[in-house]
Amino acid sequence: MTEILTVSGLKKYFGHGERPVRAVDDVSFDIRDGEVLGLVGESGSGKSTIGRSVLKLIEPTAGQVTFDGIDLVPLSASAMRPYRRRLQIIFQDPYASLNPRRRVGDTLDEAMATHGLHQGSARKVRIAELLSLVGLSPLHAQRFPHEFSGGQRQRIGIARALAVEPQFIVADEPVSALDVSIQAQVINLLCDLREKFGLTMLFISHDLDVVEYLCDRIVVLYLGKVMEIAPARELYRSPRHPYTEALLAASPRPDPDARRVRRLLQGDIPSPVNPPSGCVFRTRCPYAQDACAATVPPLREIAPGRFKACLRDDVP
Amino acid sequence: MSAAGPPQGANYAPSGGRGHSVAATAASVGVTTSTIAAAAAAPVPRSRSPSALLVRKLFRRKLVLAGAVILVIVALLAILAPWITPYEPTALKIMERMQSPRTTHWFGTDELGRDVFSRVIYGARYSLLIGAIVVAISVTAGVLLGLAAGFFRRLDGPIMRVVDAMMSFPDILLAIALVAVLGASIANVILALAVVYTPRVARVVRASTLVVRELLFIEAARALGVSTWRILFIHILQNIASPILVQATFIFAYAVLAEAGLSFLGVGVPPELPTWGTMIASGQQFAHQALWIVVFPGIAIILAALSLQMVGDGFRDLLDPRLRKAI
Repeated sequence: MTEILTVSGLKKYFGHGERPVRAVDDVSFDIRDGEVLGLVGESGSGKSTIGRSVLKLIEPTAGQVTFDGIDLVPLSASAMRPYRRRLQIIFQDPYASLNPRRRVGDTLDEAMATHGLHQGSARKVRIAELLSLVGLSPLHAQRFPHEFSGGQRQRIGIARALAVEPQFIVADEPVSALDVSIQAQVINLLCDLREKFGLTMLFISHDLDVVEYLCDRIVVLYLGKVMEIAPARELYRSPRHPYTEALLAASPRPDPDARRVRRLLQGDIPSPVNPPSGCVFRTRCPYAQDACAATVPPLREIAPGRFKACLRDDVP
Repeated sequence: MSAAGPPQGANYAPSGGRGHSVAATAASVGVTTSTIAAAAAAPVPRSRSPSALLVRKLFRRKLVLAGAVILVIVALLAILAPWITPYEPTALKIMERMQSPRTTHWFGTDELGRDVFSRVIYGARYSLLIGAIVVAISVTAGVLLGLAAGFFRRLDGPIMRVVDAMMSFPDILLAIALVAVLGASIANVILALAVVYTPRVARVVRASTLVVRELLFIEAARALGVSTWRILFIHILQNIASPILVQATFIFAYAVLAEAGLSFLGVGVPPELPTWGTMIASGQQFAHQALWIVVFPGIAIILAALSLQMVGDGFRDLLDPRLRKAI
């Protein structure tokens, strides 16, 4: 498979002066055509910032986002326009992501009108098609967002993203604002759509179970830096970074009798204004050594397709 | 089908859909076409927009309803003035001057024998027209300035400092100064009042724009490549319309009062035109003999301004839960 999107050396600092907030600090990864790449990490690890930078909804401080051979970062708003059709986003909060004053049909219509897709009555047909596709009724086009539940609104958000027939979708925690029962439905919908249209997805989540189910490969973030990149199955079977290990250990398992080693992390994620020297995870890492404070561990390949940013080879 | 569990066909019906129960049940999730067909068979009333719901709530308030009724009556009288009034508003009858209210002259006559009733009705035309044009100009200008200041960060400082400077003058004083410079005419009164009230609108629009621009659906529109103009004048304007309307009703009321004030002070509409302000201005010398000359236009001013305030107050209370009275 070929890479469709490559992020390299992406940095996003918020604020000016000597101490900006380093939300994303030198992140690189790539996404292959047709793959679902998971982006996991705690709150404040820079997940959403990466997702928004990829779509140029925020301007990165530095780095490249290469889509289909073109670096999107230096593109002007008008040069970016054709790419807006090919890259889409599904937002976390389905209550805020729809204009409350517009009928659902108008919202979908606008998406297509922006890119001149399906003129006239063909567009009405397409709107009905899109709504059916995400499990809603074509009649819902006449309704306003306040008449829908959270799960239904998220379906509308998905329909809006699909309206322009994109190749690549950033799903920014698309289910974390929903009830657990509804989460499963929306995830299954995303799975179906992925198979149907061969979508490539950057799936951002803090829920490891969701990611495990949906993603091919996973990027683990901590404090704006990549800790580990691995195929999903391998990552869950044998995490190779202390942070990934702790993250997996913290994830609840639905088996009350299961014996498990709990590796509780002490304290909170440090402030991105003043990140620790060397390895950003060392302040909470059970395996930290003196060397960890001195050098920033580079992201290195430890096995084919597996990368980790940790100085130690012996753990975990 | 999946580790995360297949969809159980959970029946979550759309919330807030009174009277849509048939369609709602049929439309409960399930991608199959049969459910969609079932939904299609059921008649669905066109659902109400958030604005329509707001208006309905608004008129459920007694004060708002009363204000609106008075306003409509005043407006109708103004429109139908030529057919309602028994005399020409400028017709002089020196022999019948300063007559107290009676059957031939319901509101009496003024110092030149003109029928006060006819003049009050015609006055409504001028007052409401001036108010409406002032509102139209100041809202248009204020919306443009406020949107620009709220959306384009670089324009925020320059625009808002000018707006602040203008707001630091007392309204009437600034209007008097402007009319004094421009000369007293209807057009200049309108212009002066529009200049005075534009900053109010600009402030409200800027503040609302700052809130709405950060909402996720604006980001969604940007991700779709929707043009900045469309985002500004469709998405944002749609969502800040209510506070603008509230301001518009208040400005209407202030403009009616201010026009009367300016005319009374002699820096407003030329005295030969029958506005409520000019009537009180010219009638005040005779008020001790013929109180009706000033009382009736005064009542008209109060009614018009009060009814607009009632509507505006109700609207504002509805939008701002903190001010909502616990009745």
